[in-house]
Amino acid sequence: MLFDALLGLLLLGLAWLLLSCRDLFKAIVLFVAFGLLMAIVWVRLDAPDVALAEVAIGAGLTGALLMSALAKLPVDNPPGRYSNEKTHWLLPLTLALMLLLVASGLGYALWSLPVIAPGLSGEVAANLEQSGVSNPVTAVLLNFRGYDTLLEIVVLLLALLGVWSLNSLDATPATAEKPANLVLDTLMRLLVPLLILVAAYLLWAGANSPGGAFQAGAVLAAAGVLLLLAGWRLPTALAGLPLRLALVAGPVAFITLAALTLLNARLLELPVEHAGMLILLLETFAMFSIGVTLAALFLGQRPQERGGSA
Amino acid sequence: MNSAILYALVGVGIFSLGLYALILHPHLLRKILAINVMGSGLFLVLIALAKRTGEPLPDLVPQAMVITGIVVAFSATALALALMVRVAKENHRAELSDDESQQP
Repeated sequence: MLFDALLGLLLLGLAWLLLSCRDLFKAIVLFVAFGLLMAIVWVRLDAPDVALAEVAIGAGLTGALLMSALAKLPVDNPPGRYSNEKTHWLLPLTLALMLLLVASGLGYALWSLPVIAPGLSGEVAANLEQSGVSNPVTAVLLNFRGYDTLLEIVVLLLALLGVWSLNSLDATPATAEKPANLVLDTLMRLLVPLLILVAAYLLWAGANSPGGAFQAGAVLAAAGVLLLLAGWRLPTALAGLPLRLALVAGPVAFITLAALTLLNARLLELPVEHAGMLILLLETFAMFSIGVTLAALFLGQRPQERGGSA
Repeated sequence: MNSAILYALVGVGIFSLGLYALILHPHLLRKILAINVMGSGLFLVLIALAKRTGEPLPDLVPQAMVITGIVVAFSATALALALMVRVAKENHRAELSDDESQQP
């Protein structure tokens, strides 16, 4: 309890610090630290699957993405201008008072909730045997609420389409003229195969212990980000159709399954005898697509294709 | 007061801090950070409330929803950052001007 209270205070303090510190670079580093602290909280709250997702996506990939976006901003943008100078001192004060009111209202609402509320835990436990996996979180994500996961993968793809249409082609050639960085290069050679192995393990382990397609996809994406940081670019021959096929493999697998289950008039309701196999298959395609999509989001531009502009 | 309610209250606090920063700070990167912090606060409320099952195992449906939420938040952040970089390229600063006369 004391540890929980300390952790809570630390989280609030870090949130305040990262939102108010003048240096944006520092703010991003603090944000990553905030994410890691959140992961400890998830473990304290018996949510190891969420902790894995938070560390890999919430802290790791978001941090890398924020850093690369900060590097793309014009340098003359004064980071010191941290709040609007034109604002009167009354505005922050009024805002703080109003938000205090909102927060106390929300706090009171939480306080008056019943102490014991089983929610849907009973139903999940009762139907777990039919789901084909023994990790209940995977069962909820891929079987009971497969609909959510289908839409989520489509959201990822939509975000990538938005990013691609906003920014012009990636002009960096495959062999970027960067000074060879021996440390980064060696680290990459060691880590990338290891990360691929870890991703495969997380995918396989997701059936009966914490892990699953999203965590595995994020680890795969981390390998991609590392490669991109080391100056590697997708070969132009692969940037056209093969990349697009990799991006849509997950959604297409999901939609195909949805269409097939619809033949029985039961959308995404997996047949009990094949459920385990189907979930593994779905997760493999989903992991691959998620990994490629996340890494492509990090690159932030359409990779150069063979034959110049597309 | 048990630890579930404690964490839920911390979540409300984090959400409010994020909302405060979102409204007050003009820099777009800071606004994006603030939205992410707000999201974390919201996830904390969801997961903390899921612990009130009265059994050792928490309710797992909110946990699955939060995992979905983390991935969606990442996608939204990526899109927002791309928009920010584009705004900075057009405006030469990563802020939205609220001055109508400056618009072309």
